[in-house]
This record gives sequence, C-alpha cells and structure tokens, in this order.
Amino acid sequence: MVEEIGKTVEGDLVINVGPQHPATHGVLHLVITLNGETIKKVEPHLGYIHRSIEKMCESLSYRQFIYTTSRMDYLSAHINNHACALCVEKGLQIEVPERAQVIRVLMDELTRIASHELWWGAMAMDLGAFTPFFHAFRERETINDIMEETCGARLTMNYMVPGGVMADLHPNFQSRVKNFLQLYKRKIHEYDELVTGNIIFQNRMKGVGYLSPEDVISYGVTGPAGRGSGVSCDVRKLYPYEIYSKLQFDEVLETAGDSFARYMVRLREMQQSIRIVEQLIDNIPDGEYQAKTKAVLKLPKGEFYQRVETARGELGVYIVSEGGTTPYRIKFRSPGFSNLSALDHMTRGEKLGDLVASMGTLDLVIPDIDR
Amino acid sequence: MFIKEYFKDIYSAIRSLLVGMRRTGYYFTHHKEIITQQYPDNRLELNLPERFRGEVVMTHDEANEHACTGCSACELACPNGTIKIINKFDISPEGKKKKAIDTFVYHLELCTMCGLCVEACPTDAIKMANTFEHSVYTRGQLTKQLNKPDSKLRAGVE
Repeated sequence: MVEEIGKTVEGDLVINVGPQHPATHGVLHLVITLNGETIKKVEPHLGYIHRSIEKMCESLSYRQFIYTTSRMDYLSAHINNHACALCVEKGLQIEVPERAQVIRVLMDELTRIASHELWWGAMAMDLGAFTPFFHAFRERETINDIMEETCGARLTMNYMVPGGVMADLHPNFQSRVKNFLQLYKRKIHEYDELVTGNIIFQNRMKGVGYLSPEDVISYGVTGPAGRGSGVSCDVRKLYPYEIYSKLQFDEVLETAGDSFARYMVRLREMQQSIRIVEQLIDNIPDGEYQAKTKAVLKLPKGEFYQRVETARGELGVYIVSEGGTTPYRIKFRSPGFSNLSALDHMTRGEKLGDLVASMGTLDLVIPDIDR
Repeated sequence: MFIKEYFKDIYSAIRSLLVGMRRTGYYFTHHKEIITQQYPDNRLELNLPERFRGEVVMTHDEANEHACTGCSACELACPNGTIKIINKFDISPEGKKKKAIDTFVYHLELCTMCGLCVEACPTDAIKMANTFEHSVYTRGQLTKQLNKPDSKLRAGVE
C-alpha cells in the first residue's frame, strides 16, 4: 500500500513538542504526526514570542531602531546590529573610518565564535551529553568578558551606531583577545576528543537529516546548514562587505549533506574565524572610531537592502524610506525562518529520536524566527 | 575479511569512548582548571568592567551639584520612553528667567540599557552605573528620580 505522505490517517499519532520543551531551545511548537516511531509530518507553529519588532522599528529613528535587532538573534546580536548600521550607512552614503571597519569585523568574528561555541554545547546536550556544555561555556565566557569590557554588555551589545562604533576599543582589548586565542588553541582538541570522535555521536549524526543541494536552494537554507550540503552561500565571500574582501579565509564546504556535515562545517568555521581574528588583532589601524554624522539622520526617499552573514546564515535588512526621520517599512530576512522551513523535508521518514538531532544542527534561535 | 572489519570497528568504538572518558577524568583530578564562580557568595570580589551598562545615574559632586541643564536630548534619544524630564524656571539674581531641571524621572522597568541617552547627553550629566541587581517588591520602586533633592546646576555648565 502506498502511504500518502503528509496526510493523517487512522492509527497515526499526533503529538506536540513544545512550546515549552528543552530541546527546542525556546518557544518553538512542533506538531508531529507519527506512524509508530516514524515521522510522517512536522508542522512548526510560530507566534509564541512575536514582539512585532518590524512594526516597532517604524516608530523609532534610525539611531534607535538598531537596538531592537539585538533581541532577534540574541546569540549573534552584534552581527544583526552590523547589518542595520550598514543599511543606514548605505542610504546616507557615509564613509566609515577604517579603524571602525576593523573593529566591527573583529567583533563580528568573536560573536560568531561565541555563537558556535554555544551551539556546540547545546547540540551535544540535545543528544544527551551534558559535559560538553560546560567546556563550550568556558571559552564563550572569555569572549563575553571581552564584549562586556569594550561594548558594555555581554549579549545585547548595541555597540554599532550609523557611521562606526559607539566607543573606542578598551585598552585591554588586544591582550585579552590574544589570551583567548591561546586558550582556544590549547583546548580545541578537547572538542574532538569529547564529541566529534565519539562513536555514539557519529552513529547518531551520520546519514541523518539529509538535505540535498537542490533542497537547500529551493528552501532558501543559508549559513552552515546550507554549506553542509555543498552549496556555496557565504555572504562574506560572495557579496563582501566592510573589509572582508581583503581578508584571507576559506569558505567551509562539506558535501555529505547530513547532520554530521553541518556539524563539521560549524567546527571548521570557528577555525576560520580564529584565522580572521589573528590577521586583524595586530593590525588595527589608528584613526577615528566613528564618522561625523548629523544629529538627526534622514534617509533619502528610496529602498535600501543590505545582507550580512550571521552565525546562522544570511540576514537581510530592507528599509523603505519616505525621506523622514523614521523608516516607512522595515523587513528582516532572518536566516532561522528559512532554515526551519526545511525541517519537515529533512526529517520525514526518520525516527522521532533523530528529530532533535537534526533540529540541533540547524541551530535554530526562536526569537530570530519569530520576530 | 568481514570478521576483521567487525573487530576493528569494535576496537575503534571502545577507543573513542575511552578517549572521551580520559578527558573527563583529567578535569576530575585537576581542580585548578575549574573556573566556576560561586555567585552570589563572591559578590564582594565581583569586578565588573567600567563600561558595563547597569542603570542610568546622574553624577553629583560634593556640593550636591550636577551638570544636567534639562535640554531633553536624552529623552528624545531614548527608544522606550524611559526618561521624562520636568523643567522649571529659576529667577536669576538679575531678574531673568532661566530654564532648569525640576525632576529627572527614570523608569528602570522600561529601560533596556542601550546607552543611547548617555551618548546623546551634551554635558555628560548622566552615566551608566555598574549595578545589576534590580529586583524589588513593588513596581513603583523602579520609578526613580535621578537628581538629588535640593541639587542644582554646576556653575559654568551651559
């Protein structure tokens, strides 16, 4: 008998995972149709953490709206702020000083490492290993301390302003980043020893949650999840912004397309971020950290779009301006939303126990999906 | 050949588990590598960086004078309506009316600690303090008046 895919028939079991569930990393609600232990359909329900950030931004000025985007993807808050600042700068045609550009890229890459660290810990915890979480947080705390010292906050930095950064680097910044690089290099082998090489982990990840390159393109999956299937989609390489075109780093690609490939992409991407930080940390140029801007920013009439590569994928900021002090409309193209849309396709026909593993490799941050 | 592969797999599987366990055992015996902080027992030693954004405070000197002219730049810069400035008019000795601040109302419950008000202040009258334990029993306690009673504008600040 040919089973009708995606249709509930008698004998099927419909269960809810979430909205309050530790494995969904937030208030994601999944309605799962099961046939025995095999998944027939996964239906994500959104709206539990909708704060209408896009609508809120319409009543805030171009300086003010940037802080709201820290609350979208809170693990790469800095990169979100970067996208907004870049988009406003594009509209105003501000030339950002070189020192500010270097500071921004340095902070971006540190944020990316911190985000991947947390993902690595949470991913292992999804599979039942609790210890890696603390190992990941040891390195992540070091980055958070650096952020706290220079930006003033650990997660919601709000360090970007149109035209540069809010304050100059802290005098301790360089030495602390170098300490972090040393710590990271001393400890990186533990990641492979504890998790990557583990036989239980490998058996649960390899061949699970397969996503073909065609699916990646048709679902609009970006970031490490897309690169795990061999689709080149790194915005830093394809549409370079700031000083990324001058930097030496590789776009990490894996071709297997399963959960393990996506895992390896993120681990290797951390190494590339370390490489970028190493290139820049001794070569921060002198000069202004902020360009001179008017007290009241007014974007000219028109539409502006800017995309950046966050830790989860491509984030697009689209501003429609009517020439006033506040945007007429703002749209965020968040990476998590598109990545989540592929979850149903990825997990159909697999076992319920593998759902959490596959979902973990997508690195979903729910406030980013549901703005 | 098949049996050889089979035992090779078992060997590598057990080896991978032992490698992981050795890492765990290392931390079990090396107590100096543990970095856990015992908050709130370590409150006295807590050393927050200078730039840490806790809450907005107004700096007063020994003569109970501040630098706030009541220009409302911070009120305009705030995205959440956290700050409300109520002005009054002082009569100077020459008989001229002069704008001065009466009450600087600060709603801590609405504040997101973004620091835009401190950026906007032209006279550096306000700054972000290092405090972060904000919980109180009633909501009313979170609405604060930042300028101290009977404080006045420092001479020379325009």
